[in-house]
Amino acid sequence: MNKNPNKHAENHKIDRKTAKNILIRLFGYIMRYWPLFLLAVVLTLISNQLSLLGPTYSGEAIDAIANENGVNFTAVKENVIKMLICYVLSAITAYLLAVIMIKISQKIVLTMRKQVFEKLTSLPVSFFDTTATGDIISRISYDIDTVNSSLSHDLIQVMTSIYTVVGSLIFMWQISKPMIIVFVITVPISIFFTRYRSKKVRPLFRTRSRKLGELNGYAEEMLSGCRTIKAYNREEEISERFNARNKDTMDAYYNAEYYGAALGPSVNFINNLSISLVMIFGGILYMYSQSGAIQTGSLFFITLGGVAKFVQYSRKFAGPINEFANILHEFQSAFSAAERVFRIIDEAPEPADTNAATPLLDVKGEVSLKNVSFGYTPEKEILKDISVVAKPGKTIAIVGPTGAGKTTIINLLMRFYDVNSGQINVDGCNMKNITRDSLRRAYTMVLQDTWLFHGTIYENIVYGKENATPEEVKKAAKAARIDTFIENLPNGYDTMLSDEGVNISKGQRQLITIARAMLSDSPMLILDEATSNVDSRTEIKIQEAMSELMKDRTCFIIAHRLSTIQNADMILVIQDGKISEHGTHEELLSLGGFYSTLYNSQFS
Amino acid sequence: MKFLVKYLRPFFGRMSIGISIKILGTVVELMIPYILSHILENVVVTQDIRQIIFWGGIMILCALAACICNIIANRIAARVSRNFSERVRSDLFAKTLRLSSAQTDAFTIPSLESRITTDTYNVHNFVGMMQRMGVRAPILLIGGTAITLFMDRYLALAMIAVLPFIFITVYFISRKGVPLYTKVQKASDKMIRVVREDTQGIRVIKALSKSNYEHRRYDKVNKELSQNEQRAGIIMGSVNPIMTLLMNMGLVLVVALSAQRVADHLSSPSTVIAFMQYFTQISMAMMSVTRIFTMYTKCSASARRIAEVVEAPEDLTVAEESQFPRKDNGAHIEFSNVSFSYKGGGNDLENISFSLPRGGTLGIIGATGSGKSTLIRLMMRFYDVKSGAVYINGRDVRTIPFKEFYPMFGAAFQHDFLYADTIRENIDLGRHLSDEEIISAAKTAQAHDFISAFPEGYSHMLSQKATNISGGQKQRLLISRAIAARPEILVLDDSSSALDYKTDANLRASLRENMRGTTVFTVAQRVSSVKDSDLILVLDEGRIIGAGKHEELLETCTEYREISESQMGGAFVE
Repeated sequence: MNKNPNKHAENHKIDRKTAKNILIRLFGYIMRYWPLFLLAVVLTLISNQLSLLGPTYSGEAIDAIANENGVNFTAVKENVIKMLICYVLSAITAYLLAVIMIKISQKIVLTMRKQVFEKLTSLPVSFFDTTATGDIISRISYDIDTVNSSLSHDLIQVMTSIYTVVGSLIFMWQISKPMIIVFVITVPISIFFTRYRSKKVRPLFRTRSRKLGELNGYAEEMLSGCRTIKAYNREEEISERFNARNKDTMDAYYNAEYYGAALGPSVNFINNLSISLVMIFGGILYMYSQSGAIQTGSLFFITLGGVAKFVQYSRKFAGPINEFANILHEFQSAFSAAERVFRIIDEAPEPADTNAATPLLDVKGEVSLKNVSFGYTPEKEILKDISVVAKPGKTIAIVGPTGAGKTTIINLLMRFYDVNSGQINVDGCNMKNITRDSLRRAYTMVLQDTWLFHGTIYENIVYGKENATPEEVKKAAKAARIDTFIENLPNGYDTMLSDEGVNISKGQRQLITIARAMLSDSPMLILDEATSNVDSRTEIKIQEAMSELMKDRTCFIIAHRLSTIQNADMILVIQDGKISEHGTHEELLSLGGFYSTLYNSQFS
Repeated sequence: MKFLVKYLRPFFGRMSIGISIKILGTVVELMIPYILSHILENVVVTQDIRQIIFWGGIMILCALAACICNIIANRIAARVSRNFSERVRSDLFAKTLRLSSAQTDAFTIPSLESRITTDTYNVHNFVGMMQRMGVRAPILLIGGTAITLFMDRYLALAMIAVLPFIFITVYFISRKGVPLYTKVQKASDKMIRVVREDTQGIRVIKALSKSNYEHRRYDKVNKELSQNEQRAGIIMGSVNPIMTLLMNMGLVLVVALSAQRVADHLSSPSTVIAFMQYFTQISMAMMSVTRIFTMYTKCSASARRIAEVVEAPEDLTVAEESQFPRKDNGAHIEFSNVSFSYKGGGNDLENISFSLPRGGTLGIIGATGSGKSTLIRLMMRFYDVKSGAVYINGRDVRTIPFKEFYPMFGAAFQHDFLYADTIRENIDLGRHLSDEEIISAAKTAQAHDFISAFPEGYSHMLSQKATNISGGQKQRLLISRAIAARPEILVLDDSSSALDYKTDANLRASLRENMRGTTVFTVAQRVSSVKDSDLILVLDEGRIIGAGKHEELLETCTEYREISESQMGGAFVE
């Protein structure tokens, strides 16, 4: 998985209609908490209004100070107190607002993550076979985080910005209408400039992120082979290759930063330019107002305090305008992140059991496949017209070259996938008329890929049968020949299985999953390369336990080692999706086909 | 930080030019509010429009000059940080590859990875920001303060009194925030782990109908994450309001105090206006300084982590022969009473002795964890023995220079690495071997046929970790790589386990035929892979419990017989 989150910054374009749908949906989440949200909107308005009033009072205070008849202390005092109140209240509301928005967004994120996860567990196995784990994880963590920060931060930012821009404009309008003309010049410059710049710079930053991701990937890949590189004395060669990539990456960095470097200062310049222009224009107006050339009450009249206020408002006004481009960009990322999240939530779940479906009770364990055909994609059929009957308590071994469809049969038996044609019956009943839960519970499964989760060894063993007693767990572990190992660990059965913690070998992990299977009392058993990671000596030791496990159950076995296969009641040889040979070990040997060739090759 | 300075030293010249330009730009920018107050105070009274426009023009020029200076300085800074980071990362990577295996184990691979990626990135950002903001912010801060002091000392002091509060609150809140974010990170890791586990174990979960159980398990971590996020957010959410409030308080203070000053004719209203301008600038600078501070803590941790690796001592040195004398007895490889332990506790290998003539073949068999791979690692000097010695051609391996040592070997390890490149490159591994050598190696390793079956043949691209070829194909490529340079010693560490019996037998026959004269070490689980060896060692818990030829061992070693019997007619289909 590419760990570089910047990767996602490369938004693919979302068309207007999808964007609208996403917006409506996101808004739906917000509206679940509409009283809080309404409060947030009101607080935004109050907080901004208060902070906009600040400069008004300070301007009035300055006017009172600059009073021709000496400082008007009462007015100054009054305005200072007003300023104080405004700023304190504004800070309080701003903080309350932040808290409320965090609460809302956290509630939404909690729900979203829950929805995604619960959807995941209801999806068919095929989804996981075709989607990379890293992708799922980045959606549930990175993408939801992006949506979250956008909701809790950008939304307020936009409201604030709009309010500040409009508010400042109104105030400035009130102070001096003619001076607004300055912004008629500078605002378009600012907007055009930032748009033009970011159009040019954004691809450079995108290249930068991509290159960095690639470099990181390369470093990770090479480090995973550091021992081999050492063994072949290739340190210098590989370092040189890394350096070439490193140089590339740093060039991309430099390129992006070289052009990006102009953005900040230029925006600053435009701000300073507006202030200078305001000063020139305001200075002239003030001069004439002072000299009496402009009458009090005239459109052009301005006081010193007025100029001061105007300068302050113009700073307030310019800020958000420059921010807009950034915020729009962030919204874009949030939208495409939200879209990726919604796509999982909208994924079609495993179809529900039909109305006719009944739970499987008192399973005897007779399984029959009738003319079963199946392919993961319509173009490529993996299994063709397979028919076989497994009598209760019998063992069926499945043999064949890689890719012949052995594991596919297991997928169908467990109904992880549905057959394309034909049918599978359990105890004479079509599997489609059995509830999935009860069908799956009728099987115990030990797979090649051992699956253990972060928890104690005890929790992992007891996973298949929650009400098992500690004695039963211990008995199962003993049968799987893992009890002694567990007891020798410092914390015994309470040892946490974690990535960094105790070193447990692949073989030991597999034994734990076998112990898990030992606990179960389901009437049918599936072993898919169940002992592939256990070394030969341990395998001999658990053989007995495996026979115990297999006794009286209908078993389906896929295995490498002959010892398990040759005692099977029936061996199926699958080649190119068809059963090419079937029968007992002896029957197949005397047949002189594929099975006997393979069997004999080991003695040659 | 000493480490950073060391790497930055070559750029000091360029940096000082950049910083000078930056200082110039910042000073010019500081002039703007000053001119502003000058216009209001002195120019307007002259009633001369040209004067106003003149001074306004100077303001614009100042703004322009500031802009140009800043751009130039930023570009110089970008250049410096580019060169700096390239050098740091390149040294770090080279050093990482040169670390001894014991050092790599101590650092752990994921941690080394994050040092090359995240930590270098953090340091790069800091060096860039330091040059861009680290100069500008203090100058704005100090310069602004100086000018205000010059304009009206009394008011300036009132204003300056507010600054420490801004710094202290922000600093402490951020300090408080850091552990909270660490908690968020931990909770997030937990949440992700459950998702990862469940996506990987979906078959088991469905088979056991444990969806509801998993929902509960997830709810727990999900809620924990949300609570932590909320807590951190609420604390950090207070930074902005508090900062704005303090800034505004300063403004209020200035206005309040100035009233009396103006009344006493000690100050003018236009000074107050300029003051407010400066104050905004100074507070902004204060925020930047605070941000630099938090960045600094992050960066210094990263720099330390990088320095740990780059400055790690070479721990596998080449010793003199006087220290570890030769032992010429004609053996190609000899282990003499070798003991070894990874962690310094109980021995992982105990008292191993054997010798092998040139061209001999050695088979090693034993359960997982019995020390098979460890033995190989000692021979290849990934680790140094704790006691005893390993000799190759009579020389103690600790006395052989690496340039001479490693070319003796060709090795295919268990879970060895293949990377995203062509098949040819994966076999060549940067050794610049000829096409003949590569094809002949692939033929010997039984890989030529499947490689030729690809439309692009040897130019076929492998995906990362070679997920686009089968396990058996991977192993055959690794063996091709191991034999391509015709090494003196060939090491095959469990490298044919995924081959079916037929291919494995063919491989062994062709190795015997084509690699005559090469001493071969074979580690295996299967008896059939080692049974033709000149010497077979049976390992159990780090000790040799049986040594000899196949037939001898069948008689003398119970464990060997057991394994052999269980496998006779053992594994079979690919």
